[in-house]
Amino acid sequence: MEEFTYLLFLTVLGITFLAAAAYFVYFISQDKRIRRIARMVMVTSGILQTLYILLRYFLAGHTPITSQHEAVFFFAWATTWAYLSFRWRYTVKNFGTFVSVLIFALVLISSFSEKNIDPLLPALQSAWLPVHGGVSLIAYGFLSLAFCGGLMYLLLERELKSKKFGYFFPRFPSLDALDQLNNHCLTTGFVFLTIGIVTGSIWARQAWGTYWQWDPKETWSLITWFVYLVQIHQRFTVGWRGKRAAVMAVVGFAAVIFTLWGVTYLLGGVHSYAG
Amino acid sequence: MPGENIILLGVNHKNTPVEIREQIAMSGGYEGPLLALKGVPGLREYYLLSTCNRVELLLVADPLEDVEDRVIDFLFGSRISNEIARKYLYLLHGQDAVHHLFMVAASLDSMVVGEAQILGQLKEAYRHAAHFGCTGPLLNKMLHKSFSVAKRVRTETAIGSSAVSISYAAVQLAKKIFGNLKDKKVLLVGAGEMAELAAEHLVGQGVGEVVVANRTLARAVDLARRFKGRAVSMEELVSQLQYVDIIISSTGATEIILHKEQVKSVMRARMNNPLFFIDIAVPRDLDPRLIEIDNVYLYDIDDLSNVVEINKSERDKEAVKAARIVEEETLKFLNWYQGVSVSPTIQALKKKIDSIALSELERTLAKMPQVTDADRKTLVRMMEAFSAKILHDPLMYLKSESCSGRDNSDQKVTIVRELFGLTRENDER
Repeated sequence: MEEFTYLLFLTVLGITFLAAAAYFVYFISQDKRIRRIARMVMVTSGILQTLYILLRYFLAGHTPITSQHEAVFFFAWATTWAYLSFRWRYTVKNFGTFVSVLIFALVLISSFSEKNIDPLLPALQSAWLPVHGGVSLIAYGFLSLAFCGGLMYLLLERELKSKKFGYFFPRFPSLDALDQLNNHCLTTGFVFLTIGIVTGSIWARQAWGTYWQWDPKETWSLITWFVYLVQIHQRFTVGWRGKRAAVMAVVGFAAVIFTLWGVTYLLGGVHSYAG
Repeated sequence: MPGENIILLGVNHKNTPVEIREQIAMSGGYEGPLLALKGVPGLREYYLLSTCNRVELLLVADPLEDVEDRVIDFLFGSRISNEIARKYLYLLHGQDAVHHLFMVAASLDSMVVGEAQILGQLKEAYRHAAHFGCTGPLLNKMLHKSFSVAKRVRTETAIGSSAVSISYAAVQLAKKIFGNLKDKKVLLVGAGEMAELAAEHLVGQGVGEVVVANRTLARAVDLARRFKGRAVSMEELVSQLQYVDIIISSTGATEIILHKEQVKSVMRARMNNPLFFIDIAVPRDLDPRLIEIDNVYLYDIDDLSNVVEINKSERDKEAVKAARIVEEETLKFLNWYQGVSVSPTIQALKKKIDSIALSELERTLAKMPQVTDADRKTLVRMMEAFSAKILHDPLMYLKSESCSGRDNSDQKVTIVRELFGLTRENDER
C-alpha cells in the first residue's frame, strides 16, 4: 500500500510539473489551445492531490497535516483549489502561470521531507485537528494567490512606470484587475486565517488548559495576522492600494512562510512537530 | 540636382529627444517664422511644417548660397549651437528630401504609421506657406505630388486600417492601468486637436464623463458640449484631479502647469486611486516628476511612441508596400523635375542647335569636294559662333531672375521647350 501511495505522490509531482510547464509554454506562446490543455492538467493535478490526501487519511486514520511533508502538501492542495475556485469566478490573464509554478514548488518541497505515516501524538488526537490545521492551510492557499498577484502587479507596474515595455506588458491583465485579485484573495485568506487562529486557541484551551501561551508559532501567526489586518484596514481607511498593497501581499506571504518553516526550524516550540 | 538645391531639414520624434524639440516648437503659429524666413538670402521657396512630433523645413535654395547654417541658426537661435543642432536634426538633399516629404505625407514616418492626421497638418502648413507667398512652382508641384502620393498609399494599401493616431496608444495604456474604462472620467486640459482626438477615442471606449478645462472658457464649453461633458476653468485644475482618472494635457503653455506637489496633495483625497496623465503638449505641460508618485502614471508624447512600437508589427507588411509606392513616386517626380529644370533644358537646347548646324554643314560640305581642311575648320568655327549667337538670348532668358522675385523658371522652361520643340520624357503634367 505504501508503495502505491508513493507512486501516487510521484504521479502528482509529475502532473503538477506538467501543469506548470504547460502554463509556461502558454505564457510564451499565448496560444489558447495550450491554455486549455494547461487548465485540464491543473484540474487533474488537483484531483490527484485530493486522492493522495484521502489515501493518507484512510491509512493514518486522521487528517494528514501532522508532518512537514503532509502540511506542505496540504498547502499545495489548498493553493490549487483556491486557484481553481477563483478561476471559476474571475478571469485573470496568465495568473495560472505564476500559481502553477508556486504549486509545483510546494509539492517538490514536500517531497524532500519524511513521508512516513506516524501514529498521532496524544495532544493532536482531537476533532479540532482538521478544523484548525485545514482552515489555516486554506488561508495560506488564498494568501499565496495574493502573493502571486502581488508579484505580477509589481512586475507590470515597473514596466508601466519605467515605460520600457517588455515581456509582461502584453501578457498581463490590467493593474486594476491585479489589485482586485489582491484584495479578494487577501480578504478571503484573512477570514480563514482568523478562523484558524480562533479554533487553534479553543483547541489549545482544551489540550493545554490555556487559550494562548506565546508559543513561537502562535506568536508568529499573530504577527502574520496583524500584517494582514493592518493592510486591510489601511486599504479601506486611507486607500493602501496598488503598489503598496502588492508589496504588502508579498511581505505578508513572507510572514506566512516564516510561520510555516522558519518557526519550526529556527524557533521550535510546541508546534514544531508539524509544519 | 541642377539649377537649384532642394533641402529638407528638421527634427522629429525619432531622431530628436523631446528636450531638444521643445527648444524650437513653434506655438505661435506659422505666420511669424514664415515671414522671418523671407529675410534669409538665397532662399527661393520654402515651407514649414510644425506638429507636436516634428518641425520640418523644405527649402528650394540658390546653389551658390549657403542657406543651411542660416536656417539652422534661425530655428534654434542662440539656445543651441549650430554643431549640437546638427547632431539632432536631419538634413536631406535632392532625391532624399523628396523621398522624405513623400514618406511624411503618406504617414510612413509618423509615430503611428498610417494615421491620417499628418496629411491634414501638411495641407495646413502648405496653405500657410502659399498664403504668405513662400512657395513657388517647384514646391507647389512637390507638395501637391505629396498629397497624391499619400492618397495612393491610402487607397492601395491597408496601412490606415489598423492605425489611428496617438490616441490609440493612450487608450491601450489606460486599459492596462484601469482595466475597464466604463466608469472612468477624463479631463482635457487645453482644447487642442490632438486632445480632442484622444478624448474621442476614449469616449468610443465608453468612458463615463469628459471634463474640459481651458484658458478660454467659451472654447471649453463648446468642446464639453460635443462630448456631453462639462467645462471648468483652468483655476479648478488641481481640485478637479480628485474626481477624474485620466488627464490629457495639450495646452500651448510654455511652462509646467501641474507640479508634483500639487498632484501629491490630491492622492490622499482620491484614496490613492490611480491617476493617468497623458502629456501631448510640446513643450510639456506636466512635471516629469509626477511619475515618482505612487499610483500616478505619466506619459509624454515620446513615451507613447514606445507603446505604439508594440503594435507596429501588424502594419509592417503594409508599410513595405507603401514604401515601394513612395519610392516609385519619388523617381517619377525626379524624372519630371529633370524635364523641367533649367540646366537640362539648356543642354538640350544647345545639343539641338549644334546638331542642326553640324548636320547642315556636313550636307553642304559633301557637295563641295574642293574645300580644304583649313577652310573646313573655318566653316566649323563659323557655325559654332552662329549657333552660340542664336542661343544667347534664349539662354539669357532661361537664366534670368524674374522681376517679382518669385521663381518662374518652370514657365520659362515650358516656353523654351515648346518654342524649340524639345521633347520631354516622363513629363507628367
